[in-house]
Amino acid sequence: MKEIKVGLATCGISAGGTAVFNEFKQQVSEKNLPVSLRETGCMGMCYEEVLVEIIENGSRYLYGSVTPEKVKRIVAEHIIENKPVSEWIVRGPDSGEQTDFFRKQKRIVLRNCGDIDPGNIDEYTARGGYNAIRMVLSSLSPEEVIGTILDSGLRGRGGGGFPTGLKWRFARQAEGDKKYIICNADEGDPGAFMDRSVLESDPHSVLEGMMIAAFAIGAEKGYIYVRAEYPRAIERLRRAIGECGARGYLGSRILGSPMNLDIVIKEGAGAFVCGEETALIASIEGKRGVPRLRPPFPAQSGLFGKPTNINNVETYANVPWIVVNGAEAFSRLGSEKSKGTKVFALAGKIKRSGLVEVPMGITINEIVFDIGGGIRDGKAFKAVQMGGPSGGCIPASMGELRIDYDEITKTGAIMGSGGMIVLDETTCMVDVARYFLTFTQNESCGKCTFCRIGTKRMLEILERITSGDGKEEDLDILEDLAQTIKRSSLCGLGQTAPNPVLTTLRYFRDEYIAHIKEKRCPAHSCPHLITYRIDPEKCTGCTLCVKRCPSGAIAGEKKKPHTIDPDKCIKCELCYDACRFHAVIKI
Amino acid sequence: MGLKNESVLREEKGIHRFKIDLLRKTNESSSLIPLLQSAQESYGYIPEDAIYYISELVGIPAADIYGVITFYTQFRLRPLGKYLIKVCEGTACHVNGAKKIVKAIHSELGINIGETDPDGFFSLQSVACLGCCSLSPAMMIGDRTYGSLTVETVRKILKNYREGAIEE
Ligand SMILES: Cc1cc2nc3c(=O)[nH]c(=O)nc-3n(C[C@H](O)[C@H](O)[C@H](O)COP(=O)(O)O)c2cc1C
Ligand code: SF4
Ligand code: SF4
Ligand code: SF4
Ligand code: FES
Ligand code: FES
Repeated sequence: MKEIKVGLATCGISAGGTAVFNEFKQQVSEKNLPVSLRETGCMGMCYEEVLVEIIENGSRYLYGSVTPEKVKRIVAEHIIENKPVSEWIVRGPDSGEQTDFFRKQKRIVLRNCGDIDPGNIDEYTARGGYNAIRMVLSSLSPEEVIGTILDSGLRGRGGGGFPTGLKWRFARQAEGDKKYIICNADEGDPGAFMDRSVLESDPHSVLEGMMIAAFAIGAEKGYIYVRAEYPRAIERLRRAIGECGARGYLGSRILGSPMNLDIVIKEGAGAFVCGEETALIASIEGKRGVPRLRPPFPAQSGLFGKPTNINNVETYANVPWIVVNGAEAFSRLGSEKSKGTKVFALAGKIKRSGLVEVPMGITINEIVFDIGGGIRDGKAFKAVQMGGPSGGCIPASMGELRIDYDEITKTGAIMGSGGMIVLDETTCMVDVARYFLTFTQNESCGKCTFCRIGTKRMLEILERITSGDGKEEDLDILEDLAQTIKRSSLCGLGQTAPNPVLTTLRYFRDEYIAHIKEKRCPAHSCPHLITYRIDPEKCTGCTLCVKRCPSGAIAGEKKKPHTIDPDKCIKCELCYDACRFHAVIKI
Repeated sequence: MGLKNESVLREEKGIHRFKIDLLRKTNESSSLIPLLQSAQESYGYIPEDAIYYISELVGIPAADIYGVITFYTQFRLRPLGKYLIKVCEGTACHVNGAKKIVKAIHSELGINIGETDPDGFFSLQSVACLGCCSLSPAMMIGDRTYGSLTVETVRKILKNYREGAIEE
């Protein structure tokens, strides 16, 4: 019997997945087809959404860019006549045909994503799910579990990279009548979506990781702090928790053992700083999510003053795999000090954007070119932005850099949570720095003067530079401010907020100088520093741009070259996007 | 006073939809955020009366509740339009042209970020990332996410809402 799976994670749905699913459903019932139609999560190839996989006897055919119209032909030819529609297949059954997108990937965290139905616990257990917690409960002591995680070399995937086993040990050793575990699913980092994808596609692996952590440290209550912008993730987690309760994986006397554990969901209310662990704890306690000084660390005094272990979604999702496969299997992968794999949310100016999981130690170029297929529209690769507002831009010239915590930190960026935004020659690096400062400036909780006012000052300077009013001494002031903010801020937000500025100053200083001295934006991106013109050689006089221009700045006769009046132009770029002949140019 | 407020709230919306079980069990302050979330779910915003009501319930001064409300971007003290547009200004969307999308919405509806149009149909908000970066630029209306936006598709989508072609 054939299986049909439709990828219905958020991006699959927004690409039109529900309509595709319904069309299959209708065809199946109309024609009474002997197939099993199911929904699944993120298959990773987000750039080919809507994705549909058809499986029979172990042969897998993945269709990309499926529409309800295409469904009819797929059903008629592939399902009924057994003739796969080859031109729509993006990944075929023959390993030789496997697309480059998957060739260098190694899936541990994403082991079930896009394969199982996240809304059905049986599909998780059928793939070995909850074997790890069974093993732990029947034959391991908490110390042995912690030892395994320590030996595996797993480091926190939420950004900091602190050894997970060590964190668990601290929480285990802390004195306390009650202990808590928390899963940080705030994913406030703009441009990152791996935690959402894992929660939507395989919620049970995160829950199982939490159970193992709870066993190791002796917690009986767990919280998952999810951002409210992720309604699907919340819905699927709720369902998964409910299923666990019904099967005895959660609640009291789990699987007949002495262990008790309840897990509840807390919806975040939209503040980036709440991802910081002490702020997150305050937020769960119902207060304003403001960070506090550490120590004491949450391991000693966390939620409601009790010892608390807090880990990221991806960190927890690794745990069951490590328990089942052994620490050694995990630590064999990766580099000297960064073991295992890392999930990256690949987006930006890249051809194939999506969710990728690669062994640590892979180079940036391998991700951008071999997996991501290079830059869109034939443009040149300029940089990758890693670590979001706490991170920085690594220039294309450093593309051979091996990705691990320490190598990335050396560049001035950070590994961060795994957002990887690819930038091309049309991206202005001063604008990128300005963008991040706008973000952090907005999100600063305001407790520390330098974070609150210093980032504002930096932002003002960057705004001046991008609008053509920069002064030469601005660069020194920026560097000065950056150092002070880093030194005198209380939490990670302020301590890292200057990084996007510092890295762009380090690697793209000439762009700052072009803005300041020549009043020129080399990437042709800062609106104040560009003018639009029409190339009379290329203009066919089609008048499309005239119709689009909201300010009446374009004039000309039909079939003759047009012109733009710079005084009327509001630089909306609609003409540039509209012209089919590339006649509109930016200078 | 608690009772009076409750009846005021009932009158205002017909049925008072706070999650009753939640209220019954409430005695720890950690319920404050969920209570505010459920108030906002019921009314679309947090009415002043609800703040006083919650204040009585959890024993936190109203001033502190205001502090919490204004801290989190999710909460609002004024009603929203029928449809809330959350336009993404996250990194991936930014580099892929989120600004143009914001401008297109602005030119279509005449509202800026943080505003509601005069007939109370649309409100516009900016968010830091919808987690749909591979389809950037993206926006969300109600619970629906729209990706790979262009100025044209934005216009079309908004028009469809206006004409009632999309239902919640
Ligand atoms: C401003 C700020 C925001 C953060 N946001 C997140 C987040 O969204 N998700 C996350 O897992 N960690 C975030 N962190 C890191 C957490 O504080 C914490 O280190 C992490 O959740 C620990 O989990 P791990 O050891 O598994 O990485 C943030 C840190 C700071 C300073
Ligand atoms: S560094 Fe910034 S975000 Fe962190 S506590 Fe200080 S003001 Fe708040
Ligand atoms: S759209 Fe292009 S070709 Fe047509 S009139 Fe405008 S500039 Fe000329
Ligand atoms: S950039 Fe906008 S305002 Fe300027 S000429 Fe083009 S369409 Fe008109
Ligand atoms: S394939 Fe759709 S979320 Fe990744
Ligand atoms: S940056 Fe817009 S969806 Fe992530």
